[in-house]
Amino acid sequence: MRSRTVVLSILFAALAIVVALVSLSVGTTKLPLADVVEVLLGGGRRGTRLVVLELRLPRVATGLLVGIAFAVSGALLQTLSRNPLASPDIVGVNSGASAGAVAVIVLAGTGGGNISGVAAKVGIPLAAVLGGLLATLIVGALSIQRGVVDAGKVVLIGVGIAAAANSLVAWLLVIGDVNDAGRAAAWLAGSLNSRAWSDAVPVLIAVVLLLPVAMMFNRDLSALVLGDDVASSLGVRVARIRLVLLVIATVLAAMATAGAGPIAFVALVAPQVALRLTRMERPPMLTTAMLGALFVVLADLLARNGLQWAQVGPYELPVGVVTAACGAPYLLHLIGRQQKGR
Amino acid sequence: MHVENLTLAYGADAPVVDRLTLEVPSGQLTAVVGPNGSGKSTLLRGMSRLLTPASGRVLLDGKDIHQLPARELARKLGVLPQGPVTPEGITAAELVSRGRHPHRGLFGRLTSEDDAATNEALQAVELTELRDRPVDQLSGGQRQRVWIAMVLAQGTQHLLLDEPTTYLDLAHAVDVMNVVHAAATTGRTVVAVLHDLTLAAQYAEHLVVMGDGQIAAQGRPFDVLTAALLDDVFGLKATVVEVGGAPVVVPDRRLAG
Repeated sequence: MRSRTVVLSILFAALAIVVALVSLSVGTTKLPLADVVEVLLGGGRRGTRLVVLELRLPRVATGLLVGIAFAVSGALLQTLSRNPLASPDIVGVNSGASAGAVAVIVLAGTGGGNISGVAAKVGIPLAAVLGGLLATLIVGALSIQRGVVDAGKVVLIGVGIAAAANSLVAWLLVIGDVNDAGRAAAWLAGSLNSRAWSDAVPVLIAVVLLLPVAMMFNRDLSALVLGDDVASSLGVRVARIRLVLLVIATVLAAMATAGAGPIAFVALVAPQVALRLTRMERPPMLTTAMLGALFVVLADLLARNGLQWAQVGPYELPVGVVTAACGAPYLLHLIGRQQKGR
Repeated sequence: MHVENLTLAYGADAPVVDRLTLEVPSGQLTAVVGPNGSGKSTLLRGMSRLLTPASGRVLLDGKDIHQLPARELARKLGVLPQGPVTPEGITAAELVSRGRHPHRGLFGRLTSEDDAATNEALQAVELTELRDRPVDQLSGGQRQRVWIAMVLAQGTQHLLLDEPTTYLDLAHAVDVMNVVHAAATTGRTVVAVLHDLTLAAQYAEHLVVMGDGQIAAQGRPFDVLTAALLDDVFGLKATVVEVGGAPVVVPDRRLAG
């Protein structure tokens, strides 16, 4: 079992890198893969370097990073609540983060459809994290009964909070300047279009800092899946670990949302697929992370080039549309499975 | 293990266990019995750290369990609570090895010592052959024995078991009680909350009868389990007979007509 998770992690990581390389080579200017690799290794012509490093790499890097962040966030929330439906895109974390980010885009916007400076660099991620934390806090507080979080309630209350946050977003779009609102709406579909390094860096920091911390709790989580009482009598400080991991999951999802919009279904699907493939009793963190990265870059490659390849025309889709098209049927499958289990 | 003036309550409700004092005999199997709602499971939760007492304290080797660091306590006191969660697909050996948690370091892999404890625990519950089977595919009695093996693998001197025979038919309940009793004969102090009076009396060296959050009676099963006590505490009209040196409770029939 253990070697299975290692093999699958390496496999998904390798596939994600291959898809990323392909993604760097295709586009308006087609580049041979060899040129792309040459640039990444520090060589190449100036024009090629510009296309790869400044235009395409930020997008691909953001895709890989938000894939990891969303997937790990989903794995943590699903494990903590013992409910496969409890992922940040379902229980309102992404919606809360969206509301925070859209508030900054609309309220601090210049009316030109583009905010700049400090408001954009720090304001959007910060507002997203605050919005996400607020959503988590409300969901957590409302689903606690006798000091214990009710796993079934989390999803119901979360869906309610998500609806409330989404209506807040809708209101912000109505009152906002048309250009700001347009930009916000495109971002809300979950888009990696024209990402810059300033979008990737906050997610990179979140992943580099928080993923190792989350992995340090791996062993406590493998006691926690046996129930709070068992975990606690095995010496796990249940309340404290729940709180720490809940905050980590929220910040990861919120930072990813700030970076690329609330890309749907990555956090829901990646942990569950990794769980099935590794046959573990909870989503394995590293395998889930690599699968999330693969899912997003692959979806983005299709979103960017799919319509062109299908000879429909030179149109790009937001990546969120592709992940939703794959993820929504999976959600229905999960709900069907849960009801059969009852 | 020593319980001193322990009062346990849920929130602001009236106490479920009220100023209870109990000296648990070392190296023996103590059974706690009592009618529904008498506070026996609550007492067990209070004797572990699953419930913080409103007042009073629980001493383990002379130290208050609430003063000990969580991991240190977990190396001395094993608890099998009611309703543990069996994750889908986990194998028996994997679940039992989780009992080694308090012995492992931050990134520690399972050591040969951990493997030995896991194997020994599986052997003690006679499930060595089923070690690689998913626990959710085992019978109810086997599943319960896997869970007991998990707390045995924890390697603690003291064990608290909350209703380990609930939902089991008599044959499986007896299998479980054999395992529980064997754990006590190897020098461990075991406290088990049980609902079956006859099973409790057959296996326990010390019997504690709870009624209304207090200890109604305690001592050797034969001295404690009398017709008068059953009537008084359980509201049960019954005859107590002796089989093989232990009391057996036979309820009086009230046939219609």
